[in-house]
Amino acid sequence: MKQPTSLKNKIAIVGVGESEIGRVPHMTGLGLNAQACKRALDDAGLKVSDIDGLLTAYSFTEPYFMLGSVMCEYLGIQPRFNASMVVGGGSPAIMLKHAAEAIASGQAEVILVCAGENRATGQSRDAAVSTLLAVGHPYFEQPYGGSIPGYYAMIAQRHMYKYGTTREQMASVAVNTRANALLHPNAHMKKPISMDDVLSAKPIADPLGMLDCCLLSDAGGAFIVTSAERAKDLKCKPVYLQGIGEFHTHEHLMCAPSLTEFGATESGRVAYEMAGLGPKDIDVAQLYDCFSIVPIIELEELGFVKPGEGGAFFAEGRGRVGGDLPINTHGGMLSHAHAGAAGGLFGIVEAVRQLRGGLGERQVNGAEVALVHNEGGILSSHCTIILANDKG
Amino acid sequence: MENTLPKPVSNADSQPYWQGAREGKLLIRKCSACGQLHFMPRYLCPTCWSGDLEWVEASGKGSVHSYTIIRRASDPRFAHLVPYVVALVDLQEGPRMMANVLGENALETKIGDAVSLVFEDRGDGDQLPQFKRTSV
Ligand SMILES: [Zn+2]
Repeated sequence: MKQPTSLKNKIAIVGVGESEIGRVPHMTGLGLNAQACKRALDDAGLKVSDIDGLLTAYSFTEPYFMLGSVMCEYLGIQPRFNASMVVGGGSPAIMLKHAAEAIASGQAEVILVCAGENRATGQSRDAAVSTLLAVGHPYFEQPYGGSIPGYYAMIAQRHMYKYGTTREQMASVAVNTRANALLHPNAHMKKPISMDDVLSAKPIADPLGMLDCCLLSDAGGAFIVTSAERAKDLKCKPVYLQGIGEFHTHEHLMCAPSLTEFGATESGRVAYEMAGLGPKDIDVAQLYDCFSIVPIIELEELGFVKPGEGGAFFAEGRGRVGGDLPINTHGGMLSHAHAGAAGGLFGIVEAVRQLRGGLGERQVNGAEVALVHNEGGILSSHCTIILANDKG
Repeated sequence: MENTLPKPVSNADSQPYWQGAREGKLLIRKCSACGQLHFMPRYLCPTCWSGDLEWVEASGKGSVHSYTIIRRASDPRFAHLVPYVVALVDLQEGPRMMANVLGENALETKIGDAVSLVFEDRGDGDQLPQFKRTSV
């Protein structure tokens, strides 16, 4: 197959922002996005008139069609590049890829990428959970009463069966991620949790309990992408794209080619190859963690450990800030925030912040290269990003 | 009590599948061009894109590829059934489908269990293919 045109060092992320996070009943989903966009713009030191492109994802809580155009209208901008992308949780990373390609080919110069919704207060918890049923196949899965946690639980069961991964190892993902979140001033969750808390939490779908499942938050996130050339003159320290790759294998779990092998291996391979880097070069990783089993699988597929060794890695605390490879230093979707496509977007925001440095207690010392992985659906759509604070 | 569980919805792709279920048969698609079988009926063969497809009756024997016990139903219509089992079943013929494992000992389901086809009445003659553990 023909190699994709390299995007290495062609574009930079020059601004990041996150909205108020948690239960934010005084703001709408669009308002949360707008707040994150404003903060990202201020962070970059750019003016509204500099933005000539916008990408956003989708919202389950707000009743808008054409969300990209809706967002532009709300923000009062008239861009020459715009779309709303629906690739589930994979959307933010894939939006970065589309933004990078558009900038590299001159379609736009400064692209704003945002996502988020008021998933905690924009609808009742039951309504929020029910809306998400649409992720299951309407004719051949939904009649059986499954759920998103249930589909991921089946993946977890198969991982346990094949590799001997344990319930405690999965719980350690939640415990470690919470420990990281406590170091983040804007994380949704503010209290520590213990292994016992996770194991005794309300059972949702065996083997997953409530604390193995991502949050439902009100949150918006945004980042700004421009050319490496333009980035030089801006006030913030640019973070350069080194490699990016995506891969898609299915949408519905019943059609997944495997329950233990997913598309992250291939998206990672493409990203590493473009970057000319490998797992050993990564200083900090932000892995999609909608459920505690997922970072275990991604860690293995992205080559940080061998298949079946992901659980032990987390159980040994190697993914904490201060560990061998700090993972989800902001607290991930299990403890920082999950609000539609914003969940994976915060992984990008955090990677950029880690590479800029100065995060105090949660700073990964000497972080120069970061990896972010987003996935959507039921481990269906995958995108891996490698970022660096130097052109390397 | 009125059955409020979701009823099968058939469309142009799946009408024979659901009609088969009403007649007590589990029908799957077979490609006449490449011979591959698949679940989830569609307009063309997902392996070779031939449109020359036939319906064949599955034996109804299968094994549990994976499963979960739902303890908190996302769909409120299932809330009264918790805990219940949702599984991915590998049919003896090869294709994989989702279903519930029903029956008295369903909560003891394990990966690799042999299962056999049963039908669940969802009202008005609508039948949903389901499985129960094959007694050992
Ligand atoms: Zn064929």
